[in-house]
Formats: sequence, C-alpha cells, structure tokens
Amino acid sequence: MRFVDEYRDAEKARALSAKIASLCEPGRSYKFMEVCGGHTHTIYKHGLEDYLPETITLVHGPGCPVCVIPMGRVDDAIHIAEQPDVIMTSFGDMMRVPGGRGSFFDSMAKGAAIRMVYSPLDALKVARQNPGKHVVFMAIGFETTAPSTAMTVLRAAAEGVGNFSIFCNHVTIIPAIKAILDSPDLRLDGFIGPGHVSTVIGCRPYEFIARDYGKPLVVAGFEPLDILQSIYMLLLQLAEGRCEVENQYARVVPWAGNLKALRVINEVMELRPYFEWRGLGFISHSALRVRQRYAAFDAEQIFEIPGGRVADPKACQCGEVLKGVLKPWECKVFGTACTPETPIGTCMVSSEGACAAYYNFGRFSRERVREATR
Amino acid sequence: MKGIEGTADWAEAAVREHVPAAEAPSREEQVLERIERARRRKARVKEEHVTMAHGSGGKATQTLVEAVFLEAFHNPLLEPLEDGAVLDVGAARLAFTTDSYVVSPLFFPGGNIGDLAVNGTVNDLSVCGARPLYLSAGFVLEEGFPVEDLRRITASMAAAAAAAGVLIVTGDTKVVQRGKGDGCYVNTAGVGLLERPVTLGVAGARPGDAVLVSGPVGEHGVTIMLARGELDIEADLASDTAPLNGLAAALLDACAGAVRCLRDATRGGVATILNEIARASGVAVVVDEDAVPVRPSVRGACELLGIDPLYVACEGRMVAVVDGAAAGTALAALRAHPLGEGAALIGRLKDDPPGLVLLKTAFGGTRIVDLLVGDPLPRIC
Repeated sequence: MRFVDEYRDAEKARALSAKIASLCEPGRSYKFMEVCGGHTHTIYKHGLEDYLPETITLVHGPGCPVCVIPMGRVDDAIHIAEQPDVIMTSFGDMMRVPGGRGSFFDSMAKGAAIRMVYSPLDALKVARQNPGKHVVFMAIGFETTAPSTAMTVLRAAAEGVGNFSIFCNHVTIIPAIKAILDSPDLRLDGFIGPGHVSTVIGCRPYEFIARDYGKPLVVAGFEPLDILQSIYMLLLQLAEGRCEVENQYARVVPWAGNLKALRVINEVMELRPYFEWRGLGFISHSALRVRQRYAAFDAEQIFEIPGGRVADPKACQCGEVLKGVLKPWECKVFGTACTPETPIGTCMVSSEGACAAYYNFGRFSRERVREATR
Repeated sequence: MKGIEGTADWAEAAVREHVPAAEAPSREEQVLERIERARRRKARVKEEHVTMAHGSGGKATQTLVEAVFLEAFHNPLLEPLEDGAVLDVGAARLAFTTDSYVVSPLFFPGGNIGDLAVNGTVNDLSVCGARPLYLSAGFVLEEGFPVEDLRRITASMAAAAAAAGVLIVTGDTKVVQRGKGDGCYVNTAGVGLLERPVTLGVAGARPGDAVLVSGPVGEHGVTIMLARGELDIEADLASDTAPLNGLAAALLDACAGAVRCLRDATRGGVATILNEIARASGVAVVVDEDAVPVRPSVRGACELLGIDPLYVACEGRMVAVVDGAAAGTALAALRAHPLGEGAALIGRLKDDPPGLVLLKTAFGGTRIVDLLVGDPLPRIC
C-alpha cells in the first residue's frame, strides 16, 4: 500500500536500529516518553521495541484521549444519555470506558440510546434524521479532534439545527506535558512529540520543554519508521549536546500549525479554569468548554449535570505509569484485577493506553519469544 | 466543584477479589506467570446485563458461553466447544450444528442473510470433517417485513443449498411485533455424515504443525461494515460467503491423516481461531504477518479504521492446522480448488510459550495476538 509500506520497511528499520545502537553511550540508559497514545499503539502493534537496545526504555505518556477522561465525566455522560428522548453519540473506543457506574455499553444494555459514530458530523446527521430527539455528541480528544467538533457546532448553528449539542471533554496537550515535567519523581531524557496534535498546534508550543526543562523533543509521525527515526534524532541531540524541538513529521506537521483549525476551536471553545484527568488529577487550563455564544449547543448548559467526582481506586497506579515511574506490569493490579475485559485504571481502557497495549501486544518474555520466533 | 466524591464500587470489589493483600510488584516474569494463572481461572460473567460485546465472538462471548451455557448444559459432547458436535449414531458418525444469523443489513454486496445462513451451517459441518446433508431453517420475522424481501432471501437459500448439495428438510416460522425484531432473523441447523475416520479439533494441534488459511481474510466483515453506510468509504468489495464442503473434502482427500483441525474463520476472524487452538492444544502459534493474505481494499479500510484484519470475520475461509511435513501437500490441495486459490501457509506451531499467539510483524518485530474483549472498535485518531 503506497504511503504506508514505505514507512514499515524492515530493511530500513534494521539500518536505523544499528545507527541507534551506535549512538547509545555505553553504560548509560535512556528513557524517552512518547506522549501520544497513537504512538504507543504503533510501538506495540509493530513490535518496534525489538529494534531498540535494552538500554532504551519507552515510557507511554498521557496522550490517549479516551484514557484521560475521569470516571465522573463518564457518569455525567451516561446521565445525559438516560434522559428521555436523548440519543448519545460517541466514538467507538469510548464505548467500553468505565465510569463509576459502568460504561456506555452497560448503559445501552439497560436501555439508553447510545450510538457509535465515526465523526461529529455523523452525529449531526443523526440529529437531522431524528428531529423528535435531542442528539448529544460525546466530544473527546486533544487538539486533534477539537477542530472537527468545533466545525460541527458551527455547521449546526449555520443550519439552525435545534436538537443537537456536544458534551465537551476536549483537553489540551501542553498542560498535561507540563504536569508530567513538574512531577518530582520524573526521570526522562526526552520526548517523542505527538504528531496529529501538532498538525493543529504546530511545534512552537513545545519550545519551553527544551528551553526551560532541558529536554529535547522530536515531533514524530505514526508509522514505525517515523518513531525509530525520532528516537535516533533524540539520541543524536543528546550525543551532540543539543536540546531542541525538532520536527520528524514535516510531511504533515507545519511548524506554525494549522491557523484555520486553531481559529475554529477558538471561535467555539474557551479554556476551562481546571479539569480533572484520570490518573493525573486536576490540571489548570487543561481543557476546553463551549463558549457562551454557542450555549444552545452545549449539553452542559442544556442538561442538569450531576458533576460528581469518582475517585480512582486506591490500588490503581495509573498516575505512576503515565509518568513513567512504573512499568505497566509493575502496577499491583495489572493483569489480575485490571484487565482489558474489566479495566480499572485509565491505562487499561483503550487499545492506546500503556497498560492495554502492553497486556494485549507485549505480555510475554522477550527471551522465550525470541526462541519461538527464530 | 459541585457534587460529592464517590467511589467506583465495582472497581474496589474487583481489586479486593484479585489482589493478595501484601503482594508487592515483582519481576516481570513472575508477574506474567501470575497473569496467566488469572487467565486460566474459571470464567465468570461480571455484567448484570448482556452487552453487545457478548455477541462479538471474543473474550466476552467465550466467558458467557463457558459460565452460563456450558455450566448449565455440560456434557462430554458439548465441552470441546467445536463448531459442531460429532455423534455416534448406530454405525454412523454424524456431525450436528446450529447457528443464528442477525446480520444487518440483510442484503450486502456478495450475498444476503439467506446464503449466509446456509453457507455458515454447511461450513460448520464441513470443518468437522463431515459431508453436509440436511439443514433446517427457522425464521423470526418482524411484522411489516416485505414478502418480496423474504422471497429474495429464500431464493438465495435454495441456490446456496443446491450449490452445497444439501437439502433444507424442516423449518419454522415465527412473527414478532413491529419493533421487536430487525426485519428477519434466520436460524439454520444441519446434519452431516463423517465418511472418513478423522478426528478434528482445536485440541489436536501439536508443535511443528503448519497453519494455513484458504484465502484472503476479512472480506465479509469489511463488506458489512461498509454496507452499513456509516463510514463514507467506498471500496470494490464483496462478502466471501461460500460453501466450504468441497474445499474441506479436497484437503481431506489429499492428506486426511495429517489434518489436525479445521475451522471456518467467522466472528472474531483468524486471530480468534488461532487463540482457541493455542489455548486448547497448549501450543504457541507463531504467525508471519507478511504471509497472511489480505486484499488491498480490505487492508486499506482496516488501516483507516484502525482495526486489524486478523480479527475481521470471513464467511468462506477456513483455517487448517496440518502436520508440518504435509504442509506442501495440503497447500497444493487447497490451491487446486477454486475456493482455495489464494490459500497460504501463514505460520507454525511451537511448544513454548503455550497458549499464546505470536505475530512476527511485517516490520520485523514481535507481538502477541490476543483475543479481543468485544468487537474491534474503530480508533479516534
């Protein structure tokens, strides 16, 4: 397949792998965080760690949009879905995310009208097709998906659709990275920067990471060679004593971002004073809400929202996993109480979450597998 | 902040149930062992209600089947949980199976619920090693369903039965109120005759065996997803629904003694079948991603949706596990049949690590291919 297979070439991977190994200082170990859940997924799906020396550890960051939604917000969404004459619409990977009282799937089984859609525009279509119902879109994601949500609100406004609103849970990536950088038990050598988010926000917002925190960051694409090359670029920076923001994904990411998309977000949404992240707690100015002038499309203003907070279970160590302090398997409940069937913590929820990726794709001893696949 | 802080009772209960109080995190190897022990525990349904995941063919389905149905009905003939049961009746060995069809939309490129229902049961009998003979057909119709559509469905069923050489010899009709069904549901059951002294089953695979698929995977599942019209993706694709009795017979004619297990890769796709084999036989299945045949349009659609074609349903493809020494013969026999032209050798069985399906990725890495919990869900971005 063109534009895909080129970036999955095993021969090129071997060449890059050798260059990576040659850049590693003997006796030194490296920890890089891939911020984005899409990268985590790629790393496990393609078995990319097989190309890395054992001294390089990849830490799976907070950029899985499904994983960071706090349980209380899921309960709120279910509360909305249970109102009479409401159809809740949601992306597929949100369907299994548990709140304090179960997931969308559980709620559907009890009779709530919840439909899976592939984009917010599909949700708007559902609204047009069901004039007697109020259709709510469960809006989640980083700056990647926020523009399409905002566009949908603008279109609904332009068309005068009166039975459509969004339950806005959009979050922003920079405050989350900052929260991780400020955490005292952190030890990272650099960041693999999120690719899709950067198509919208560009590379400039990351500059403080290199400047103020002294950590290099390379914005990376989503194919396995992209990630290998980004790791190479990080190591090269470290070897040459540089600390910069670099763009490996220049074929898609403009340095200045996508101004049009940013304008659309800004037209429809504004920063919340604070928002709760699963595993990370409250982070100020880290999420978006609908501006007052679009209140007619804001589910939070249309419905009475319980707004309860559900504490993460005490045994759950997602926060430590997200910060790279613990490996997924080092968490006490990993794989026994917390599994993809019954996820307890955020990281086990979506296939992009660190624990789910490790459980589903990487739950084996490398030695035994090397033997088996020889 | 409004509202009061609550806890997720279900989560606290799950933790209490599973975590020995003083156990500290330990070395990765020990943790992996502990997880495998947890996975071997008897399945329990934790949900209070049936969810869509229980119908996906993945882990949730398996749990429901083992914890509810097997628990209630258990007997030695049911326990292997194969696609059909093999029964000794007098001097004859019969295969017996049943399957219900609830596909939406009812009509899709390459077929409709009718030929799907006939082929599905024919295939379940074929992979038991039997020659399919007689089928039943049960219909649950919704008030208001167009008779013309019912005629189209039954015409395809008749054609599919004729093509497979089986007779539909008994049936049943029920009508439910408008809104209580999705137009038309079909159930078929079937009986076949085992003419060869073979014993096929997921528990019969051994290290050294070869894994074959009879053609490109995932076409039916992707066709249905696109036919629902929710995706705005267009592709030149049709369901692969087909009767596999001829193909299975051709394979057994060529090397009956070497065939350990046949399964048609329906719900849950090839990955789910391989997991069943790994678990039941206590072997490791090592699959070479490069060797798995996938049509470009299926691959493209799966890439866009972020799902893995290995988990996507087929309705006319089978997975065969054969003695490694007979792999060449088996592959040639499959390829010589019109429905097996695209057959491929996709992997081998090893003894360790038992119960796991491993994939050598096209990129050159390694990963696990586990059972999915429910249906593959499209990813956000």
